Amino acid sequence: MALYKLFVHGGGAMLRYLIRRVLWAIVLFVVVTLVTYVIFFLVPNDLAAKVAGQGSSQQQRARAIHRLGLDRPVYVQYAKFMWLLIKPVPVHIGSVPVFIRPNGNLGYSFVRASSVNSLVKSAAPVTASLVFGGVIVWLLMALPIGILSALRPRSLLDRTSMTFVLIGISAHPIWIGLIFAYIFGFKLGWFPISNYCDFFNSAGGCGGPAQWAYHMVLPWLTYAILFAALYARMVRANVMEAMTEDYVRTARAKGAPESRVLRSHVLRNALLPVVTMLGMDIGIGLGGAIFTETIYNLPGLGKLLLRAIGETDLPIVMGVVVFATFAIIVFNLLIDLLYAWIDPRIRLS
Amino acid sequence: MALLEVNDLKTYFQTDDGIVKAVDGVSFSVEKGKTLGIVGESGSGKSVTCLTIMGLNSKKNTITSGEALFNGENLLTAGSRRLREIRGNDIAMIFQDPMTSLNPVHSIGAQLVEAVQLHRDVSKKVARARAVELLKAVGIPRAERRVDDYPHQFSGGMRQRVMIAMALVNDPDLLIADEPTTALDVTTQAQIMNLIKRLQDDFGSAIIVITHDLGVVAEAADDVLVMYAAEVAEQAPVEKLFNRPFHPYTWGLLGSLPRLDIEVERLVQIPGQPPSLLRPPSGCRFHPRCPYVMDKCKQVDPPLVAISDDSDHLQACHLDEETKDREAKKLLESTMAQAS
Repeated sequence: MALYKLFVHGGGAMLRYLIRRVLWAIVLFVVVTLVTYVIFFLVPNDLAAKVAGQGSSQQQRARAIHRLGLDRPVYVQYAKFMWLLIKPVPVHIGSVPVFIRPNGNLGYSFVRASSVNSLVKSAAPVTASLVFGGVIVWLLMALPIGILSALRPRSLLDRTSMTFVLIGISAHPIWIGLIFAYIFGFKLGWFPISNYCDFFNSAGGCGGPAQWAYHMVLPWLTYAILFAALYARMVRANVMEAMTEDYVRTARAKGAPESRVLRSHVLRNALLPVVTMLGMDIGIGLGGAIFTETIYNLPGLGKLLLRAIGETDLPIVMGVVVFATFAIIVFNLLIDLLYAWIDPRIRLS
Repeated sequence: MALLEVNDLKTYFQTDDGIVKAVDGVSFSVEKGKTLGIVGESGSGKSVTCLTIMGLNSKKNTITSGEALFNGENLLTAGSRRLREIRGNDIAMIFQDPMTSLNPVHSIGAQLVEAVQLHRDVSKKVARARAVELLKAVGIPRAERRVDDYPHQFSGGMRQRVMIAMALVNDPDLLIADEPTTALDVTTQAQIMNLIKRLQDDFGSAIIVITHDLGVVAEAADDVLVMYAAEVAEQAPVEKLFNRPFHPYTWGLLGSLPRLDIEVERLVQIPGQPPSLLRPPSGCRFHPRCPYVMDKCKQVDPPLVAISDDSDHLQACHLDEETKDREAKKLLESTMAQAS
């Protein structure tokens, strides 16, 4: 309903904005994939030996290279890759073609006998669990810490929190992850330190929401610490600034109790930038997932990507990059719409 | 009994550099339905005086003494719950900058409704009707439709009207207007002052208008309090202050008033800067800037006393009355002479 209003009130402006965003997204998409492609071919590799086997003959290697199309010029390979991805495919309902969708085929792994789509499809939920769970954990840490610190600046609580923030910002996630795994996993034995349990499918003795969350606790914490620290500091600064705004004084002058002043006037304004930051940080967050997945042996996109880079398996690298870029673009768009919804100044201007 | 009676009000702020005496022994009273103008330079303690009365200074690092009797009740010792009942209901406030004094993320209707519902146990619908009624009263065109608009969709003057509507929505006995026209352009200033005066007649509220604009005071106030460096320099009914100003600082203020009907090469200015309230000058705080300074002024702080032939007219200056009468006459005559 709110979204509907958004479009109606915003009128053409909103539509123009959306079109502009989508066009930008396409440009971004092409640039990102092209750069990844070019980098891949600049790096020296021994792909032929890998594909054809270590003891293979020169002839076998040449055949393997030809079969993968790696003997064609880079732009041809790139064009073929893109065509496979965006080729329009009609979607039938019954036997009638109703609309078209992009083909969405990311190709096949050079090294492994599976399609990139299926690899990404099985890895994406793991990374999504880590990232979205991590975002919730980091907000649950950052918001109370930031708000309480702002309300009592220079208090013991504030100083303790800001010390935590400093540690969180300074310590590398890999180090934090190893320390957590050692203390809470190995020494205390509270949480498992590796492997992933599916949220839905309990086949294989491990699965369901409880097991899933249990296995994710340490990864979530590790993943969240850095951002929690950064966000706590940001929330603190925003709330402190908002407390001195004239409209907060106005609210007090109206006779509003402090709790209401805080909720309705301070936080509503102080947390607007947090939404913006979330949209911007989700890209960095996906990058950070690589560390956490590696430490806790989670079969997510980060791990898949890392291994594919090691194996010079271009289709998988491209697949992960394409998927991640797409996810970031979509997420950013959603954040923008959310922002327009919660900030009336954006909504109507 | 006066509606508001302030006696020997002191507000000190503790800072890292020492104690800042922002208000240092100010007394005045406001009668029902009357308007008091408080005039002075920036930092003279005008706003802090009113924020103290409202209990809006941050409690931390603030020391307050004296009393502020509102209908006989001392606001300075009232509990925070009682103060919240009074704020926005019995005493309302309009602030200087309408661009920042309204919350940007709530519609103006929501902000007016909040003001009503904080003090009246009424439904949202009733509160909203009241909001629209007030928006009409302050001259917002198409108030029924604009009530759902957000602050950024209004001009500065319109926002100040909204602020006034919000202040008056609970029909307060006292309205404190803290430089209500300072941030507005000149044509809008006159409109807003006229609006405040008209609404005062309709609502019967007493008003304290804080300003550094003597024009506003001349137009709107019944009584005037001239403040300098946290103290009262002169206090009198408005005609008396303008016809027979008795304090060198008031002369300075009057002399620096630009006028269209008089051609002067330069506006008279008061030399120097307002003093630091951390370490105010000895004796009379105005003495470093005063052209009539005597030795006594540097040692003894002049008390605020009535002039000999008028008990309504208080002033704090060592200069003898004969000289003052002469100087005041000279000042007024010179402006008159130039006018004719």
